[in-house]
Amino acid sequence: MSVLVYTESENGKLKKAALECVSYAKAIADEMGTSVTAVAINANDADTLGNYGASKVLNVKNDALNSFNAKQYAAVIEQAAKQEGAKVAVLSSSADSKYLAPLLAVGLEAGYVSNVVEKPSSLAPFIVKRTAFTNKAFANTEISTDVKLIGLSNNSFGLIESEGSASVEDFSPLVIDSGVSVDSVDKAVGKVTIADADVVVSGGRGLKGPENWGLIENLAEVLGAATACSKPVSDLGWRSHGEHVGQTGKPVATNLYIAIGISGAIQHLAGISASKVKVVINTDPEAPFFKAADYGIVGDAFEVIPVLTEKLKAFKAQNA
Amino acid sequence: MKILVCISHVPDTTSKINFTDGDTKFDTNGVQYVINPNDEFGLTRAMWFKEKQGASVDVVNVGGIETEPTLRKALAIGADAAIRVDAEAKDGFAVAKELAKVVIDGGYDLVIAGRESIDYNGGMVPGMLSGLTGANFVTNCISLEIDGNNAKAIREIDGGKETVNTSLPLVIGGQKGLVEESDLRIPNMRGIMMARKKPLNIVEPAGANADTIANSFEKPAPKGAVKLVDADNIDELINLLHNEAKVI
Repeated sequence: MSVLVYTESENGKLKKAALECVSYAKAIADEMGTSVTAVAINANDADTLGNYGASKVLNVKNDALNSFNAKQYAAVIEQAAKQEGAKVAVLSSSADSKYLAPLLAVGLEAGYVSNVVEKPSSLAPFIVKRTAFTNKAFANTEISTDVKLIGLSNNSFGLIESEGSASVEDFSPLVIDSGVSVDSVDKAVGKVTIADADVVVSGGRGLKGPENWGLIENLAEVLGAATACSKPVSDLGWRSHGEHVGQTGKPVATNLYIAIGISGAIQHLAGISASKVKVVINTDPEAPFFKAADYGIVGDAFEVIPVLTEKLKAFKAQNA
Repeated sequence: MKILVCISHVPDTTSKINFTDGDTKFDTNGVQYVINPNDEFGLTRAMWFKEKQGASVDVVNVGGIETEPTLRKALAIGADAAIRVDAEAKDGFAVAKELAKVVIDGGYDLVIAGRESIDYNGGMVPGMLSGLTGANFVTNCISLEIDGNNAKAIREIDGGKETVNTSLPLVIGGQKGLVEESDLRIPNMRGIMMARKKPLNIVEPAGANADTIANSFEKPAPKGAVKLVDADNIDELINLLHNEAKVI
């Protein structure tokens, strides 16, 4: 009967989004009068999940699951959910979780709602609030299946620490044939990703060319931020598609989003609107981004950014 | 190779989003509908398979008669035939169940859908379609090559990309990268004329129930005005971000 949560890890370490999902699952479990069971795959720090409200961890250790595979991982979580008799399952909005969630929904015959931003407003009927129309609206969505699957929007609920510890149990599910095998992975090492970042620094056409991206990267480094870009920048090939944020790119739901030389097309603003605080730096005071931002500087990025970077460096050194 | 491209009929990206009937229904008044951008990248890639590898390409949509212009546009771009499942697209799972029947009945080898629609952003139809039909599945797909029964795909992951090997039958959740923006085709007059003569088959729905229903909609609270900081006073910005916004 417990609330099941899939706690994603990378290189053996649980991701922040996993801890957020446990915090969220705990809030639901408290209302349902039940407990939280987490399922972790090849994580080395599964015992820490108790700090966020998990009572039990089904700990999977299996070399056959070393690289992520949506079908195999979905089958593992499905087996855990069935063993626990879970009526609610929670996972994050990472690329991998969103990949496996629909497969899990089919396996569990569960109604699946993605991009959920709040605790259910009601348990019977079961209603959750999710974003729709790329953050231009919210939809209060009722799930009527026996088992409910919730994809929690990253950075929407926050981490809530909890007193208690989790019992960690070995869990040895059947590993199914995958059908898809990884040939190679091309991923920057030690770089914060847009999905996991607390701060994102994003550049637009105002930067005039890819050779000027050092400005963005230096500022991002000082802030421990991920770098991103607008659609024209990726269409021009200045930066990779993976950095394109907006309606047809990646969504950004970060604490601080800094837009440099981005005018703020409606599609871009939709994609980043779930970010909590937005700062715009642009030479054009009429740029639409100023209407969407919390803080703005009308100024030339080539003058403002180096100063901002130096001053933030000093600030960070002082407040470290 | 038989390819099916799933086409979602969505409001144009510049549409104003409003609701009617006590915020229970999307207000379609004045809204322009387009092929979901993520689907259009997939459709354009499918045209390449048609032209270079002799594939046949059908398009499918679950929706009412008002979605037919969007299917006709897909035919004008070059698809061979269209299928409209005559049912309201109520939720992702129900749509996937309707599409699964079309995929199985039609014996398709490759199904390309967008990784998500830009209206409800559920991101679940391609994955559920794979789960329901047993086909292999790659989403966030930015490159796809087919050689006989084998497929090589690249998918975007958080912070990078991953190259995978798989085989047909296959379901793809596509996005920009499958083809570039500049590869997208605007239907020409000849295409539009030919599209009128191509088959658009209406099929009865399997009758899947919707399990997740949006009861009501809300718009985000209006935002306060931007606080402008002078370009010569960067310290003030840092102060505001630290003490007021508390984000650094």
